[in-house]
Amino acid sequence: MSKMRYSRRTVLKGGAAVAAASTLAAPMVWAQEIKDITLRQFGTGVSNLNDVATKVKEDLGFNLEMTALDSDSVTQRAATQPDSFDVADIEYWICKKVWPTGNLQAMDTSKIANYDKIVGTFRSGKLTPESVIAQGTAPHTVGFVEGPGGKTFADNETGWMTLIPTIYNADTLGIRPDLIGRPIESWTELLNPEFKGKASILDISSIGIMDMAMVCEAMGEIQYGDKGNMTKEEIDKTFAIFTEAKQNGQFRAFWKSFDESVNLMASGEVVIQSMWSPAITAVKSRGIPCVYQPLKEGYRSWGGGLGLSSSLSGMELDAAYEYINWYLSGWVGGYLMRQGYYSAVPETSKEFMSANEWGYWFEGKPATDVITSPTGDQLAKAGDVRDGGSFTERMGAVACWNSVMDENQYMVRKWNEFIAA
Amino acid sequence: MGKSRDIIAYLQAAPLMAVLLAFLVVPIGMIVVVSFWGATEFSIYPAFQFDNYAFLFGSPVTYKVFFATFKYAFITWIFTLSIGFTVAYFLAFHVRTQAMQTALFLLCTIPFLTSNIIRMISWIPFLGRNGIANQTLISWGLIDEPLEWLLYSDFSVILAFVHLYTLFMVVPIFNTMMRIDKSLIEAAYDNGATGLQTLWHVIVPLTKPGIMIGTIFVVTLVMGDFITVRFMSGSQKANVGRLISNDIALLQYPSAAATAVVLLCTVLIVIGVLLRFVNIRKEL
Repeated sequence: MSKMRYSRRTVLKGGAAVAAASTLAAPMVWAQEIKDITLRQFGTGVSNLNDVATKVKEDLGFNLEMTALDSDSVTQRAATQPDSFDVADIEYWICKKVWPTGNLQAMDTSKIANYDKIVGTFRSGKLTPESVIAQGTAPHTVGFVEGPGGKTFADNETGWMTLIPTIYNADTLGIRPDLIGRPIESWTELLNPEFKGKASILDISSIGIMDMAMVCEAMGEIQYGDKGNMTKEEIDKTFAIFTEAKQNGQFRAFWKSFDESVNLMASGEVVIQSMWSPAITAVKSRGIPCVYQPLKEGYRSWGGGLGLSSSLSGMELDAAYEYINWYLSGWVGGYLMRQGYYSAVPETSKEFMSANEWGYWFEGKPATDVITSPTGDQLAKAGDVRDGGSFTERMGAVACWNSVMDENQYMVRKWNEFIAA
Repeated sequence: MGKSRDIIAYLQAAPLMAVLLAFLVVPIGMIVVVSFWGATEFSIYPAFQFDNYAFLFGSPVTYKVFFATFKYAFITWIFTLSIGFTVAYFLAFHVRTQAMQTALFLLCTIPFLTSNIIRMISWIPFLGRNGIANQTLISWGLIDEPLEWLLYSDFSVILAFVHLYTLFMVVPIFNTMMRIDKSLIEAAYDNGATGLQTLWHVIVPLTKPGIMIGTIFVVTLVMGDFITVRFMSGSQKANVGRLISNDIALLQYPSAAATAVVLLCTVLIVIGVLLRFVNIRKEL
């Protein structure tokens, strides 16, 4: 058996090289054995979509098993159970936390067909040559290592990537315009007493702290050296402001999962809160007005990618590269972009979107026709413009990235106190 | 002869011993050991240090949270006891036929055929700002503004606890009540005791073991809970279980283990005190 595998693997190696050279339009005809391969992927709900697994089976022939967990559980699993997964769909800040455990292996970018087309944010860190790199764990700072087995992150494009970027977005506050009835322009509104008992933030410390920082900075209460890497003093001050607000009854609830945020907003329990883009979509698709409000201080951004388990080898490893190449080849990107996320290789996704969809989601142009989600719900009508505008307007206004700080443990304890306060 | 009987007895007890050892004693031992370990961002390392305990006992949050946990346990206990006792009393003494008793008892258990979580979460749309409860009260003209404290408050947490755990009070109390010799009650009446006197001097003392078992169930369940508090308070309140679950979520296993050890000791002390009042083994 093992001998047979070896011979197949040699064949596959050749195949992968061919695949890397071409743009991988059609899946290769593999041995019958490919059907028996199952890649186990886990990650946050955002990109663990059953449609992707179905399409993988269709296009590539092997099985993809998906498990969706919340960010904390994902981190926990990646750090503690390396044998429980083959592909980790994680965010860059999680990567910073998990990489030193050695549970993931670096990927050879020469095997990634569309590597050169990946957006600059994930390579040099600059979206456009003039871009200023935002605070926090910017993806390119944890995107590369010196070589296979490297434990420390490299500051340039080394050819060995920790995660292959797949999905990212610029986050802001979600609001119910019908219940607020006036323009919202700043992060400070989250703590505006006007919304007492009707505000919410998310109970995931590493992301929540960033939203808090955006608010405190916008209020002019704290000037951070780096919001993504606060000092103990800055952490204390931030929590002092939010603890006071909490005790004054500013917050209706905190949410931890996507569904909770949707329910809070849709039921009217909350009118302003930290939110994720597809949650807005979910509220809207119930016919309830909800806006992903661009704010003058900028966005809090995040990015995710696929990492490979260090225990992955042989045929499974080749299948995983095949999968990643397929992921960047456009279909998934188009699917994700039609939900309001961005693809790491937008130009390949374009082919899988209509001109109207591309104009609305990516270029920030008014829709020329009805915009529907991949699952068929109507999201916008002709003439509507995406909240925040085009790709470069939105991703160009990123103020900070989701991050883990040097003082993370301290922050976590403070977060616990905040919840209990 | 005696010796071989001993050996056979030991052998008979061995399987249970093995199970308890493997699934109770060893895991708890592990938790105690890990509570002295250290943790980095993403891993834990063996050590023997008191940092976790020092932090735990040094933080005012710990005391606050333990107080909240006791508060939830106590209030829930009061309500489950009074409701549970009343229901059991009705079933045991007012319902005459055994068939009816069984039928009504089964009726009590029907909600418990669904999942714990579902029973809890179904309160959320009911109690919400625009939920059925508020809408009904407004349409009756009892209130003008929706009541905010119905959901995401101590009220909703305790309501869910009472709803979830009352049956754990009903069952043991009903069970002991059924075993009360009816002639004792007749004797009480014959001697001129009023209904209340009979209740207080005859039934309550004889029901104590049931009450105690129910109390232990409810108190341990409430003190160990984290998910009810998280959902029903909208993550705004904390009890010890939530401290532990937060620590675990953030990979701080040693700190979680230390909290778990302290919680375990606290619960054991509470049970120890409870058992002082009634000797359950004698009464069973």
